[in-house]
Amino acid sequence: MPLNIDWQQILLHLLNFVLLFAILYFLLYKPVKKFMDDRTAYYKDIEDKANENFAQSEKTKAEYTEKLEKAEDEIAEEKKQAYVEIEKLTQDKIKEAEDEAKKIIANAHKNTEAEHEKMLKTVRSEITDMVTSAAEKLVSDHSTSRAFDEFLDKAEKGGSDE
Amino acid sequence: MDKRKRIIAIAVFAVLSIALIIGTVIVRSPGHHGSIGELMKDAVLHETNKVSLFGLKDVNPGLISAFTVTGIFFVFCLIVRIFIIPKFKRVPGKFQLVLETAVGFFDGLAKSNSPHRNKFLGAYLFTAGAYIFVGTLFELFGVQVITTNGSSMAMPAPLADINGAIMMGFLSYGVILSGGFAENRFKGVGQALKDFSLPVSMSFRIFGALLSGALVTELVYHYIALSYGLPILVGVMFTMLHALIQAYVLTMLTALFYGEVSEPAHEKPKKIKRSKINNK
Repeated sequence: MPLNIDWQQILLHLLNFVLLFAILYFLLYKPVKKFMDDRTAYYKDIEDKANENFAQSEKTKAEYTEKLEKAEDEIAEEKKQAYVEIEKLTQDKIKEAEDEAKKIIANAHKNTEAEHEKMLKTVRSEITDMVTSAAEKLVSDHSTSRAFDEFLDKAEKGGSDE
Repeated sequence: MDKRKRIIAIAVFAVLSIALIIGTVIVRSPGHHGSIGELMKDAVLHETNKVSLFGLKDVNPGLISAFTVTGIFFVFCLIVRIFIIPKFKRVPGKFQLVLETAVGFFDGLAKSNSPHRNKFLGAYLFTAGAYIFVGTLFELFGVQVITTNGSSMAMPAPLADINGAIMMGFLSYGVILSGGFAENRFKGVGQALKDFSLPVSMSFRIFGALLSGALVTELVYHYIALSYGLPILVGVMFTMLHALIQAYVLTMLTALFYGEVSEPAHEKPKKIKRSKINNK
């Protein structure tokens, strides 16, 4: 063969290369690649978990923010309702107090009227009694004046003894 | 280092250099028989310098280099597999980083060029790249082997042997064909066969590139005047560059063509016959 090409030697070179391929593949390439792939998988797993945790925390944060916003809205709404209720309650109480006051005043008026009537009645009866007694006195005027004189005499005596 | 120590170091270096120069002039190299033309012809064709393969057959020294490189790889891989890989850490040390970079580089080359089918390709590229790189650097060590005619010679790079280069080129082409067949069956094979010149070009590219390094080194060492200082550049630097460039070029080309033929075929939308449309 030209250029000293020898097919037998080519096949021997091929055999040598196949042997080398097996040696390098099983003793070096495969274990090193496996180690590298495992490491990549390990870090990818960590990264995935971190991403998952991050996404979860973001989700939780969003949920809490939403809840917080809802709670704030609810608080505002409840506050508003409470104000309305308080306002209503206050108005009711004021109205009730006013009614009560009116009732009290009405009662007071009624009582005063009754007292007035009673007093008038009493005064009338007293006046009647006084008039009656005055009339009686006028009728028995003589005896009265005499008694009066006696009284005055006694009084004068009493003063001179002292 | 103080001045006195520096002067002593320079003096020792100078004395050693002079002794080496005198020694190389006095002791002649046994390999310098014949003209430079004959030497270079033998470096290319290996017609005279053959090595016996366990007494079975006289083969080119490149084949012995190939088996030696495989043996070195076997011992190295065994040590790494038993003692180093079990102690790998998630944060790699220096040696682990070198191994991971090498594996990651060829795996990445396979994945980037052939995204659909790359498991076997990655392993093949790793083996081919490691073989070309280490095989070429092996030349630098100048391991001696006894030829059939009794003289000793430095073992060349396995792929500086034409048979080794042909094996590498045709095997890479075979891998490309297998990728095409695995993904697209005979359509993929047909696509790969269109580049029928590829195995020849790959074989002779790698053979020429590695041989040129060997020839330049041979040439430089043939002349004693050139063999001081210059071999550092032409021997070490060129060999290292060759090792890197050839490993990259062959693996890259293989990955590129493999990716091209193993790409899944896109089915064209079926054309509706005009007669059918007219009938409707």
